[in-house]
Amino acid sequence: MDILRFATAGSVDDGKSTLIGRLLFDSKAIFEDQLEAVERTSRDRGTEYTDLSLLTDGLRAEREQGITIDVAYRYFATPKRKFIIADTPGHIQYTRNMVTGASTADLAIVLIDARKGVVEQSRRHAFLTTLLRVPHLVLAVNKMDLVDYSRDRFEEIREEFTAFAAKLNVGDLTFIPISALHGDNVVSRSENMPWYQGTSLLHHLENLHIASDRNLVDVRFPVQYVIRPQRANDHDFHDYRGYAGQVAGGVLKPGDEVMHLPSGLTTRVAAIDTFDGPRDEAFAPMSVTLRLEDDIDISRGDMICRPNNRPQVAQDIQAMVCWMSDGLKLAPRSKLVIKHTTRTARALVRDLHYRLDVNTLHRDESATSLGLNEIGRVSLRVTQPLFVDDYARNRLTGGFILIDETTNGTVGAGMIVDAR
Amino acid sequence: MLARDYTTSQLDVLEAEAIHIMREVAAEFERPCLLFSGGKDSIVMLRIAEKAFWPAPIPFPLMHVDTGHNFPEVIEFRDRRAAELGARLVVASVQASIDAGRVVEETGRRASRNRLQTTTLLDAIEEHEFDAVFGGARRDEEKARAKERVFSFRDDFGQWDPKNQRPELWNLYNARIRKGEHIRVFPLSNWTELDIWDYIRREDIEIPSIYFSHTRTVFERDGMLLADSEVVNRGEDEPTFEAVVRYRTVGDMTCTGAVQSAAGTVEQIIAEIAATRITERGATRADDRASEAAMEDRKKEGYF
Repeated sequence: MDILRFATAGSVDDGKSTLIGRLLFDSKAIFEDQLEAVERTSRDRGTEYTDLSLLTDGLRAEREQGITIDVAYRYFATPKRKFIIADTPGHIQYTRNMVTGASTADLAIVLIDARKGVVEQSRRHAFLTTLLRVPHLVLAVNKMDLVDYSRDRFEEIREEFTAFAAKLNVGDLTFIPISALHGDNVVSRSENMPWYQGTSLLHHLENLHIASDRNLVDVRFPVQYVIRPQRANDHDFHDYRGYAGQVAGGVLKPGDEVMHLPSGLTTRVAAIDTFDGPRDEAFAPMSVTLRLEDDIDISRGDMICRPNNRPQVAQDIQAMVCWMSDGLKLAPRSKLVIKHTTRTARALVRDLHYRLDVNTLHRDESATSLGLNEIGRVSLRVTQPLFVDDYARNRLTGGFILIDETTNGTVGAGMIVDAR
Repeated sequence: MLARDYTTSQLDVLEAEAIHIMREVAAEFERPCLLFSGGKDSIVMLRIAEKAFWPAPIPFPLMHVDTGHNFPEVIEFRDRRAAELGARLVVASVQASIDAGRVVEETGRRASRNRLQTTTLLDAIEEHEFDAVFGGARRDEEKARAKERVFSFRDDFGQWDPKNQRPELWNLYNARIRKGEHIRVFPLSNWTELDIWDYIRREDIEIPSIYFSHTRTVFERDGMLLADSEVVNRGEDEPTFEAVVRYRTVGDMTCTGAVQSAAGTVEQIIAEIAATRITERGATRADDRASEAAMEDRKKEGYF
């Protein structure tokens, strides 16, 4: 059994909570005491139906205001797969949460109300999904029961969205007509829409092939921690020196010729160690310890790659940045801390090229700063070289976070573009 | 030739993620510690720590906040496990906090030291100058926990501010703090109760005997079975009886309920959990029943 992580975006009006509630309920991930608590609260508030959104609104402030303000993680499993849902609020002011939830997602579900069709919010969600390079997108056309399960209406929405998606870089796009309230095409195929030839949403989630979405081509091993046992009485490991980390790309094998960055020195992989014994290969997302044949001075923040396939070694970086601070603004001359793979450095914002309107995709080149939830293209100068790939090629070596030195808050998320 | 399948099992993905988190903490903090209660989640966390740094020893001490009301089987297990690993075990005592006048013991039938633990924990973090504290909490346990970060920032007073959390993207964690502040780190955030048990089975990890079915003298309160013990204030109207039970969670004897169960092996426990319809905290924890936001309130104060 493997794991599929997916993000859902939308507002209560789209039926998102109902959809999640149904997936959890039908897969028996909601327990009796949780359901009783929700029923009790719904009753206390005078709501006539059991408000399944109460299951996902965890914090008191959210319940009081009837809104979701943060990413909520939910878990359910079927015999085929374990699922992690990053449930994010849909409103524009929570763009930062959607970006956070999408950063680790294999798939995103964007909900559309069949009566309203493709609206500004659906375009924004689809754009953010592609900006974060979520490999699979499902457009769930919900409330089909309210348009008499009309095939024409579904096709109309499909055509409209397909035309819009042509402007984006959508990897894999699937349209599913559903009614979350009645369960049509959620867990099993609906008898109300015999014209629909595809699978149910859950069937799609269970059977989607995701193993090859990871980068298995470009070997990238950011060194995280150096393991040197140095126990005086432990002669077996006295000279042991291992480089621990999580594989970020490619497939590593003992005997492979590898290059160390920043030194540019080459050596071979002597062994791939784990507590459970040596391995004959390692690939993302495995956490392993490499031993190398030659003694090279290697420390945290360095990178191990292949001599003929290296990341770009860059101090000048081009990136799309989503700004996440409600106090501070991003502007030329801003000085920040950048954390990229296992390397931390300082960064200076050299230029803000444009601010992107996430609803219209219009580029405002006259913008002088980025505020909370705004996205723009920036140039950064970093105090020490980073080992980077295009975010489109590898999410782990192409993504970074920005930290404000005065508050220590995480204020931005960046996706590298135009690396060689 | 068939293409190689690089599918990774859910336990391998969760384990790799937790190892990455532990190494990140060891690399970026000066004085981490790992909260070890002898409960199943902290036992799994300890195994992950062994794996993360092997063949080197675990590079941080273990800490237990001991209410003095713990199950003796669990305390014995705690001490033995720490000794096997050669790990330093810091025991922070709630009794010592009471004796020093830092907290006042609750009275009455429902008296519990559950809430007093927060003061003892925060005092110990300050005394030992711990800057990162590993906890075994999972997001599937409780709805306030569903929104907590893996690296959860705590201010000078050890408090959690749920409305002002640092965004967490990809596998990048922000470890920056000022002196006096600390980070609670939850490497098992994405594990479910069933994942924990599947992992215990796969790794063949020893757990305290009270997780398995046994005969115990208990009494009923609020639909829960509490152990009859000198530390639990039982009323005259709460008669005791013998029952075949086991524990789904391990906490204080005053607020941790047993469930009737004949499950005597890890396999039987997994079968039982897969069929159960009540969450582990709902079934067995009086401390969460205080109000709808009981956990959220305690967490804000600095609870585990």
